[in-house]
Amino acid sequence: MSQQPAPADNILELTDLTKRFGGLVAVDNVSLNIKRGEVFALIGPNGAGKTTLFNNVTGLFQPTSGRVVFDGRDITGFKPHQVARWGIARTFQNIRLFDYMTCLDNVRVGRHVRMKAKVWDSLLKLPRERREEERVTEEAMEFLRFVGIAKHANQYARNLAYGQQRRLEIARALATEPKLLLLDEPAAGFTPQEKVELMQLVKKILTRGITVFLIEHDMKVVMGISERIVVLDHGEKIAEGPPDEVRKDVRVIEAYLGKSA
Amino acid sequence: MSQRAAGGSGSILARFRLRERIRDRDQAVYGILIIAAVLFPLVTIYATDGTALVSQATRAGYFVLLAIGLNVVVGFAGLLDLGYAAFFAIGAYTYALLASPQLASSPAHHAVHLPFWLMLFVAMFVAAAAGAILGFPTLRLRGDYLAIVTLGFGEIVPQLFYNFDQWTGGINAVGIIDQPVLPAWIQGPWSGDGPVQIVRSFNFGGDPVAFYVLICILIAAAVILVSNLYRSRLGRAWMAIREDEVAAAAMGINTVTTKLLAFGIGASFSGFAGAYYAADVSLVSPDSFLFIVSITVLVMVVLGGMGNISGVIVGALVLYYVVFYLIPGLPENVTNLANSIGLSSETTHSLADATQHLNYIIYGAILVAMMLLRPQGLLPSRIREQELKHAAVQEEEAAVEMEHAT
Amino acid sequence: MSLPDFGFYVLCATAVVLLAAQAVIHPTEFVQVCIFGLTQGSIYALVALGYTMVYGIIELINFAHGDVFTLGAYVGSAILGFFAISEGEFTTVNLIALLLVFPAVMLIMGGINVAIERVAYRPLRNAPRLAPLITAIGMSFFLEGVMFLWHGPATVHFPDILPKTATTIAGVFFGFKDVFVVVVAAILVALLAIFINRTKLGKAMRATAQDRDAAQLMGIDINRTIAATFFIGALLAGAGGMIWGLYYNTVYYQLGFRSGLIAFTAAVFGGIGNIPGAALGGLIIGLIAAFSDSYIGSKWTQVVVFGILIGVLVFRPTGLLGMRVPEK
Repeated sequence: MSQQPAPADNILELTDLTKRFGGLVAVDNVSLNIKRGEVFALIGPNGAGKTTLFNNVTGLFQPTSGRVVFDGRDITGFKPHQVARWGIARTFQNIRLFDYMTCLDNVRVGRHVRMKAKVWDSLLKLPRERREEERVTEEAMEFLRFVGIAKHANQYARNLAYGQQRRLEIARALATEPKLLLLDEPAAGFTPQEKVELMQLVKKILTRGITVFLIEHDMKVVMGISERIVVLDHGEKIAEGPPDEVRKDVRVIEAYLGKSA
Repeated sequence: MSQRAAGGSGSILARFRLRERIRDRDQAVYGILIIAAVLFPLVTIYATDGTALVSQATRAGYFVLLAIGLNVVVGFAGLLDLGYAAFFAIGAYTYALLASPQLASSPAHHAVHLPFWLMLFVAMFVAAAAGAILGFPTLRLRGDYLAIVTLGFGEIVPQLFYNFDQWTGGINAVGIIDQPVLPAWIQGPWSGDGPVQIVRSFNFGGDPVAFYVLICILIAAAVILVSNLYRSRLGRAWMAIREDEVAAAAMGINTVTTKLLAFGIGASFSGFAGAYYAADVSLVSPDSFLFIVSITVLVMVVLGGMGNISGVIVGALVLYYVVFYLIPGLPENVTNLANSIGLSSETTHSLADATQHLNYIIYGAILVAMMLLRPQGLLPSRIREQELKHAAVQEEEAAVEMEHAT
Repeated sequence: MSLPDFGFYVLCATAVVLLAAQAVIHPTEFVQVCIFGLTQGSIYALVALGYTMVYGIIELINFAHGDVFTLGAYVGSAILGFFAISEGEFTTVNLIALLLVFPAVMLIMGGINVAIERVAYRPLRNAPRLAPLITAIGMSFFLEGVMFLWHGPATVHFPDILPKTATTIAGVFFGFKDVFVVVVAAILVALLAIFINRTKLGKAMRATAQDRDAAQLMGIDINRTIAATFFIGALLAGAGGMIWGLYYNTVYYQLGFRSGLIAFTAAVFGGIGNIPGAALGGLIIGLIAAFSDSYIGSKWTQVVVFGILIGVLVFRPTGLLGMRVPEK
């Protein structure tokens, strides 16, 4: 496949992305462009195919057809670890932490792709491996401080409170130094106070030059932080635009409230 | 700000020292093990005036080595391997064939006698290669399927050594395997019968103490290497895969190669132990590598506490004692007990006979009871002194926050 | 077509061509081997069903299952000893004894297996994955130990009470025993299929295998359902043990280990968790083992069977009839 360099202002371009499971079309011919440095939200009713779309971008699923171009590079069909290496990180809808590892280790796993140590370095604990470990530990602590859970560094991930687990997952994703961060329902189950804190955190992430692409159900959060929104229903894109426009879109209201409304 | 940075790096160091201290339980266990390893031959040789017990300990030693290796696969990476003995067999046969008269009576017509020290590494490499060949197509499979594949592999390998009897002697086993010879630079006036006899002669010609010392050195090296891996980039990647493979891949870990490394490194330990075993017992037959060996090593790992190296060593020693000493020794003990409480010799005899038949039942019951009572093992790695650790870091971070605020 | 699929088909095609060549060159011998394979395969099928059902419902490789099968033969042999049976011929007493003992052994094995589940697996349902696997291996050793204690390491004679009627059709020899084995196994598998698909408990078992939590929410008693699975698995294993004894007239205490592994291979071959798959897998593995015994040499059979096990898992991890499950 020929590689056409994307215009520099688009970090992610999906072209006619389709994913079928047998007869079910989970994502149906979706195209969208995400601009560098924006907060882009993906909304839609349950089962609309939002997480499936994320999974296609991150290589967990192979798209049935269509293209995924990230930062000017065609990454369609890449394996998850390759996608992560090129600079896309994600969190999961149902938090997937490494339960029986400490918070610090969770984040240090996030640093994995940016580390160089090989088997021999580790086996023999060569000085350069030691130095790298020390550096990475310090960096990992920085990420924990960034999301505000550094004091729990040596606790097992499973022992954290729910909100802290969400934060840890974000810290772990940030540790891979992504250019694009995918957040899958980051505010699910949050109190209003926690939602405000989350919005602040997303803004802080933006200042690091990271583009944020999120799935979210909570309209206050979506309207509060995102610059553009795409609405998915039954796998199809039914609306796209700034929050205010999308809110008024007839098809969107129908999709959420049913035709009778 | 600069103050904070300084405080930060200082706190890292402090945390490191703290972590060292918190590994106390491990250090205590290692300390006890080292002291026991040094005292054991001295005490037993003095007490029993023979080296039979030292030989026993050596045999326990290669089970320890096997358990340390399997722990990498099962404990660290969470891959269930039910055919671990196959790699042990491969290591043992690699040494046995290339360091014995065996190949003279094979279609090759030439006996090969390669030195032990070289063969340790060759066996290690061959076993690792076998692990990689088996692992490459199968490590994509779900956990239980991998277990089944390794189980099948473990059944095939001894059968192959049995079937290719032209080369391996089949059921007749490979015998008269070469003994290790110390390199010249270690032999000197201080050894053997020289004037300054600091160490024993260590000629390995059936000297159990020499084998015992060697296995202790090998175990120590294995512990250091595996501990290094455990606290490294690779070790964390293994654990991440064990905890959640999808999330690990999303963090940029290549799960296939990382699992392959665990498999290969685990297999290499087994091959290493196999070569050593062949040299020690000097007789290698397919019957020594059956499913029961794989299971026993697996149970050692689980009993000790998966993932925790010191725990696994203790588990291996305890189970070795139970399986190879306590259970086979039961009839004799029962006889002694029956005699001492004055039962008739006929009853005593039939009692001893019965207990001899009870081996399987007892072993089975021990496995079940052990898992029911302590499914997480004797010294699990998970229940470390979390609270202590946690409290200290919390204090420190609170201080950093305070500093930051002011 | 993906590479694994291609490899799989090439392997299958090669095997079929080689066998077809045999069938053409020595047709009589070929049919004879097939009959032997089918009888042996019927027994593997009965045992494989127990493996697959238990795996389907609690994802446990029940290592003790092969020993339950063997114990069935031991118990059957012992109970038959209480009747005035006449060996080597077929009498009314033999028939009555058989009709009484066969179901009795099935029920006894069912009870034993439920007890095993209660003691060794149920307490560990929420423990780390490896724990129940180790207790299963422990139970396997325990049962082997019981049989060892009972009759020692030597082979045990099983009363030869079936009719010796046999005929030769076109040079192919087959006896009443061969027919008996296949027919009884087929009836049991059919009964199982009816049970699983038609009864409430059968449906509960399927629901629990699909999603244990959801089944629990729908008011299914999980403990009872799992116990029932073990019970039914052991009914079939007990029947398998009886048939084995009646057919071969000899058992030994470690029979369950090797034949259990082969039966397990059959379950994997058919797609583990898949009930018709296990039955079919049993027949196919039986045939393969028979072909290997006759055409390659019996010392290679183990290599062939486990080689196939590895090959199937590599090329077709969901088995012949298994369904592809999308990873979450």
